[in-house]
Amino acid sequence: MPDLTYRDALKSTLVEEMDRDPRVLLMGEDIGVYGGTFLVTEGLLARYGPKRVIDTPISEAGFIGCGIGMAMLGLRPVIEVMTWNFSLIAADQIIQNAAKIRYFSGGQAGVPMVIRGPNGAGVQLSAQHSQALEALYGYFPGLYVAAPATPADARGLLRTAIRASDPVIFLENASLYGLRGEVPDGDYVVPFGRAAVARHGRDVTLVTHGRTLHMTLAAAAHLAADGVECDVIDLRTLRPLDMATVVESVRRTHRAVVIEDQGGLYGVAGEVMAGIYERAFDDLDAPVVRVSGEDVPMPYARTLELLAQPNEAKIVEAVRRTVA
Amino acid sequence: MVKKVQHPGVDTDVLLEWYRSMVFVRHFEEQAERSFRRGKVGGYLHLYIGQEAVAVGVLGAIRDDDIIFASYRDHAYVLLRGTDPGAVMAELYGKSTGLCKGKGGSMHLFDVQRGFYGGYGVVGGHLPLAVGAAYALRYDHGDRVCVCFLGDGAMNTGAFHEALNLAGLWGHAGLCPLVLVVENNQYGMGTSVPRSSAVPALASRFDAYDIPNEVCDGMDPQAVYDVVRRGVDEARRTGRPWAVETLTYRYAAHGAADLLQPYRAKSEVQEWRQRDPIAQTEQRLRHAGALDDAKVEAIAAEAERRVQEAVTFAEASPDPAPEELYTDVYGEARDGDR
Ligand SMILES: Cc1ncc(C[n+]2csc(CCOP(=O)(O)OP(=O)(O)O)c2C)c(N)n1
Ligand SMILES: [Mg+2]
Repeated sequence: MPDLTYRDALKSTLVEEMDRDPRVLLMGEDIGVYGGTFLVTEGLLARYGPKRVIDTPISEAGFIGCGIGMAMLGLRPVIEVMTWNFSLIAADQIIQNAAKIRYFSGGQAGVPMVIRGPNGAGVQLSAQHSQALEALYGYFPGLYVAAPATPADARGLLRTAIRASDPVIFLENASLYGLRGEVPDGDYVVPFGRAAVARHGRDVTLVTHGRTLHMTLAAAAHLAADGVECDVIDLRTLRPLDMATVVESVRRTHRAVVIEDQGGLYGVAGEVMAGIYERAFDDLDAPVVRVSGEDVPMPYARTLELLAQPNEAKIVEAVRRTVA
Repeated sequence: MVKKVQHPGVDTDVLLEWYRSMVFVRHFEEQAERSFRRGKVGGYLHLYIGQEAVAVGVLGAIRDDDIIFASYRDHAYVLLRGTDPGAVMAELYGKSTGLCKGKGGSMHLFDVQRGFYGGYGVVGGHLPLAVGAAYALRYDHGDRVCVCFLGDGAMNTGAFHEALNLAGLWGHAGLCPLVLVVENNQYGMGTSVPRSSAVPALASRFDAYDIPNEVCDGMDPQAVYDVVRRGVDEARRTGRPWAVETLTYRYAAHGAADLLQPYRAKSEVQEWRQRDPIAQTEQRLRHAGALDDAKVEAIAAEAERRVQEAVTFAEASPDPAPEELYTDVYGEARDGDR
């Protein structure tokens, strides 16, 4: 298994899928000549030409809508958004068209399309460039929402996304692109709707996804030194949501902490907690606790930005409260 | 199915078929409105009455394998494309035998087999789809074209401008064989074109995106055909988008549920009715000796018979089964709980 960055895992998967299927094409702002804002598509214009690697004008509603039309006609567009923040310009296309066409056409048309790009905060990008949108897109039936946290899942989930028959919201994170990890070779796929157990423990279940997996694992290591063993579950996809794995773990540990990058009110953690209460209430020895981002637009100042986000210490503190 | 024309022109036979088609569409929609009043058809029902010449002229000018995108005012296109009227009526009735199994309704008709890629309810939202679809048609070096119908009101949406700029760009590479048909029926709901567009000469907007465009009389199927046929041939040959603004009118309310129409004078509706596409075509055919009273009556009776057959089918069809609620949300089985 080669050691790859998250970025290279994405890129090599794009290449493999484009080589495998001539109907896969890439589209987005500055993905070609410029190489992509985070260099995920660097070099691909030269490799595949402008018909398959399309540099678009700054028209999110336009090109995401075009991707939907392409997908309905049998192409498999993989669209990059510079950040998910800008997808809001195209929210109508994604929510009202991509998610619903299969249904209101009575199954006559489908939209096999991937939209991918960084989600959530970077470093001091402030309010308009930092939003995490999984709760928003997770709300809509007809969409898939995937959020790989590791290079291996970046590959496995992207491959599944490109081969899926319905639109996929593929949430990456700026802080993950440089992350290294072992990535299985060959036709490695990670099916949607299967959470991963990232660490095994008997005392408390920690549930998370995306970038916060890494601070959660750090917190779990810290707690282990104090004798608290955490079961860490990485949801990997938020729609579909694998509650079975979560519930199975909670039945063993009897305690749970749910961690998300932003959210809070109406967030992913709230949904996971509701699922635990619905299905494992009698197994709980303590109330489920959530660690979310603070309920504010993302501030600019580094000190405030750090305060607004979850971190290892906040997770450790929440777990201590739960097991106390 | 709308009669196709062999170049160079529209002869009397073709015009007679078009007349038949327009009469049928009109009868169908008048019935749909009656069914709406009786509570058999729910939701929104947008009628095309008055605009029939546009659909007939355009669909007469394209090939069977060309594809179409449209707004929610979409009954005429599928009917003229040859879709079974029973399946269309059943969709309006929300029945399991409807075109979309009763999941779309009037605003979301689809007949993908016949190249009809939908009816969309968000004004202007379908325009980017049509541009992308046109790209896909050319991706494999095919020579099909994509026709996109839109209203005058849709030209004021952001999606219009983003989509058309992309269409113009991709057209430069010969990758956007798109035919845009604006149906300027003078209003978007109750807002007239002069009250909604800073530049009321709507076709000129296409100049901004390097898309060749023309204006034509949308009350005359032959006029529509003559102009659109050129545009379709051009788009097919060059892979570039082309646009037409058809000047037309809806006599019906914006939606069948509208009771008042404070935005326009009755006399204005009457004036446009003088140019009714069906009446005009009938006059021309009578003049040419191809129609007389008996034939006119027979054509109307035949249209009504087919419409009633569609109603009978729709009424007799079962409601969708409860299990249908969760089908067609995704195209494949999924892991996970939700
Ligand atoms: C984005 C959006 N805004 C408002 C509406 C409500 N609405 C439905 S039809 C319509 C008028 C559209 O006018 P036009 O594009 O000229 O088409 P027409 O109805 O005349 O065929 C409006 C405002 C809508 N469906 N979508
Ligand atoms: Mg209008």
